[in-house]
Amino acid sequence: MGRERRRAVTSDGPAAAPRSKARAALDVPRETSIPVRSDVDVVLARQKGRELAAALGFGPTDLTLIATAISELTRNIVLYAKCGRIVLRGIEQDGKLGIVVVARDDGPGIPNVAAALQSGFSTSGGLGLGLPGVRRLTDEFDIVSEVGRGTTVTVKKWKQ
Amino acid sequence: MVVPILKQGRYLIATIPTALTDADLQHLRDGLVAQVGRCRSRGVVVDITALDVMDSFAVRTVRDIAHMTRLRGAETVIVGIQPEVAFSMVELGLTLEDVNTALDLEEGLALLDKKTQRVGKEGEARGP
Repeated sequence: MGRERRRAVTSDGPAAAPRSKARAALDVPRETSIPVRSDVDVVLARQKGRELAAALGFGPTDLTLIATAISELTRNIVLYAKCGRIVLRGIEQDGKLGIVVVARDDGPGIPNVAAALQSGFSTSGGLGLGLPGVRRLTDEFDIVSEVGRGTTVTVKKWKQ
Repeated sequence: MVVPILKQGRYLIATIPTALTDADLQHLRDGLVAQVGRCRSRGVVVDITALDVMDSFAVRTVRDIAHMTRLRGAETVIVGIQPEVAFSMVELGLTLEDVNTALDLEEGLALLDKKTQRVGKEGEARGP
């Protein structure tokens, strides 16, 4: 009984966690799409993001930065657009591994994107969108927003 | 998920067991603010060791807990902020301002002892 159990654990082990960087690279690109409807999805989205980033080989600090960025982006969807979608994807470019997070909604849009990227930083924890913070946490940041049509924020984080 | 609030003498201890939704965090805030009165507590420890992320909402709610309980006469200390979480908070520009923090539960209780002792002494100034 005990022996069987041990065997089961060891055969499960390597499959659950990528053994090497090369192995993680083979698994890229992988994509997860998470519908966002309520604050429960904020936690779900950042956990999925952390899992994907961990599979790509990101270290613990980067995992927290990525999860925090996803948390802010997902919450913006819940607060301002009610529902939308988070898409997570592993990418590879010039031999570098990275993660892409796309936060998309069909909400009211942001009338003044430049202001949304500036305000809120000093009043952190206030009413800002947290976008300046998300920008600081990630390596690449892109936002497309149209009033009445919705907002798409795309961020990338590269493995160092 | 409801975070249990334990009464330990004159203190309340809330240990967050896992990642919490916004609604759960607000529920914890309301529970602590109410219970400080019910238990006539002088101090509150919120252990956030298990929180994976402190984003703007979590930071604001934790700050609100400290401010609201202080208005009710109890000091709050936040314990267990992990190194990665501290790093991301600084990167995001999030601060807990005047909120007490300590490394772990033990340090947090020691800090409360120090803080509330002073309040006690002033209140009992006529003692020997």
